[in-house]
Amino acid sequence: MARGGWRVGGELSPRSAAVLWCCAFLLPLAAWCAVSYVPWLWHPQVLISEPGGSSYSAGMRVERADFAAAQREAASAGTAPPSGERVNPIFLPAPHAVGQALWTGFTTPPLRRGDPWLHESLGHSVSVILWGFVIASLIGVPLGILCGAVPAMARLVEPFVDFIRYMPAPAFGALCVAVLGINDAPKIAIIVIGTLFQMVLVIANTTRNLDRSLVEAALTLGASDKRLLLRVVVPGILPNLYTDLRVLLGWAWTYLIVAELIGASSGISWYINQQGKYRAYENVFAGIILIGIIGLVSDQVLAWIGRFLFPWSGQRPSKPSQIAFAIVSFPLRLPWILLVLARKHHPANQVKP
Amino acid sequence: MSVSDRFRRIAARPVVLDVQHLGMAFPGSGGGVVHALHDVSFQVRRREFVTVVGASGCGKSTLVRILAGLTAHSSGEVLLDGRPVNGPGPDRGMVFQGYTLFPWLSVLKNVMFGLEMQEVGHDAARAEALQWLDLVGLAHKAEAWPHQLSGGQRQRVAIARALAAKPRILLMDEPFGALDPQTRANLQEHLLQIWSHVDITIVFITHDIDEAVWLADRVLVLQPPDAAHPGGWLREAVEVPLPVPRTRAMLASDAFRATRERIDALIHPPQVHAAERLPVFKLTQAGDEIL
Repeated sequence: MARGGWRVGGELSPRSAAVLWCCAFLLPLAAWCAVSYVPWLWHPQVLISEPGGSSYSAGMRVERADFAAAQREAASAGTAPPSGERVNPIFLPAPHAVGQALWTGFTTPPLRRGDPWLHESLGHSVSVILWGFVIASLIGVPLGILCGAVPAMARLVEPFVDFIRYMPAPAFGALCVAVLGINDAPKIAIIVIGTLFQMVLVIANTTRNLDRSLVEAALTLGASDKRLLLRVVVPGILPNLYTDLRVLLGWAWTYLIVAELIGASSGISWYINQQGKYRAYENVFAGIILIGIIGLVSDQVLAWIGRFLFPWSGQRPSKPSQIAFAIVSFPLRLPWILLVLARKHHPANQVKP
Repeated sequence: MSVSDRFRRIAARPVVLDVQHLGMAFPGSGGGVVHALHDVSFQVRRREFVTVVGASGCGKSTLVRILAGLTAHSSGEVLLDGRPVNGPGPDRGMVFQGYTLFPWLSVLKNVMFGLEMQEVGHDAARAEALQWLDLVGLAHKAEAWPHQLSGGQRQRVAIARALAAKPRILLMDEPFGALDPQTRANLQEHLLQIWSHVDITIVFITHDIDEAVWLADRVLVLQPPDAAHPGGWLREAVEVPLPVPRTRAMLASDAFRATRERIDALIHPPQVHAAERLPVFKLTQAGDEIL
């Protein structure tokens, strides 16, 4: 009998795993609903509906203790008592309000003319992230692989990278603006600074973890340094490299908010900040949740694609999954298929009877 | 052909591998020097099958890694066809104990690897690799991934991959050590069969004396360091008085048993046991009698 999923080192059935996956989202949502909709849970403030003889005005939010004192005061003075209902502070909107905001955020025009719509802000954020990540990867992946594969490179590069890694990326904000201006360039630079140095170290480590005997086997087969790198080290670490980049893409998102507030604010952080200024906290929540959804969905999609990229790693995707991938990837593979067909039917390749 | 005739004919062949006063020492912790090998000398002749046997810690693996050029030696010389060995090269093929097929390449592409490193064109390399796969009986697995093969099949592909690069000598570092006894016996027979079809010299490391004796023309017995020898040293080279081709039935022959016992005595000198004086640790319940 296998140990249950709640025991240390236990095993989880696929069904329980799926149920728990749902619970991971439903439990926090349930807690949020409870705090929002059950009137005696928390609700530390009172929303004044009728000020009576007190100094309050309608629509004001006051602390419950203050409200009770005002009621007692009114009773002893013989004036009309204030009335109202218990509410949560304005910074904790109810789920339905946030849900509504998620919808209306995309359908209502911005308050000021010329400001971007929510989807435009979001698109802007995604493009900043992607540019930052692509630039960081173009430098970080080759450098990391070199550091992991060549000990002298590691000694030369890693100590300094380690030194910079500890400097918070936002600290470079002022510098980036001075050098790169106030538009997207300094924002992309912050994301590059935030991810590049971690990337070099993580990928160097992944490269060092490649089974040494594979390198030795290639050496006894006569591989040169260049071929060792390109035909053994790189393909050997590819599955782990892909996972590393997925994790690092998540880190890029954590630098987004700071990056976007540097210079001329833009993107989803600008939207969140702006809505905070209007005290439209349901919109703030909607913005934060949107970032989470984009992150989670993109990561899951990348993980799903990853299952098809490395057929040698032995994990076999399910049949429906394979069909779905074949359909999704068809446009990308079309040129390749056409090339193979063209070669097959080329007159030079026709077998003469 | 009698056994002594065979050894005379082997002795007449040219020397392929010449190991002279090989020593290997490295600085240990605490400022001392650790000796792995001490003054090891032997020669291997063309198409000879030599096994190296010894208890763990006597430097078997270090020896074969030095021969492959994967580990540097600190004194003496290794000559292959008269040229000193410095670093790994395709003239010395190697089969490792662990599975070292490249997991991202199909079985066929694995065997093609060494050929491609030698600038053999794709089509020629493919045709040649298929022949080697056919020799190890795995041509039908050419398009499989390494992870789809059993342990024994993987080592057969590893042998094909090493041979395809056309080495002068094949070094094998406990290649069957991780396999179960049945697969191991099959692969031993298979290896001898390959050896009979291929003009290749083999140096085979193992800790299994039966395997060492049954496979080899000659068995080199390595000894762990002792008072007179700071590192692992070569005790003796034992010629195996069994005719070729070998059969499983020879495992029961007197010649096999005598050789086996001779080597066993070299590796495990008789020790005085003090078993009677050892206390018996009591794991039983209170009140139980120790039987």
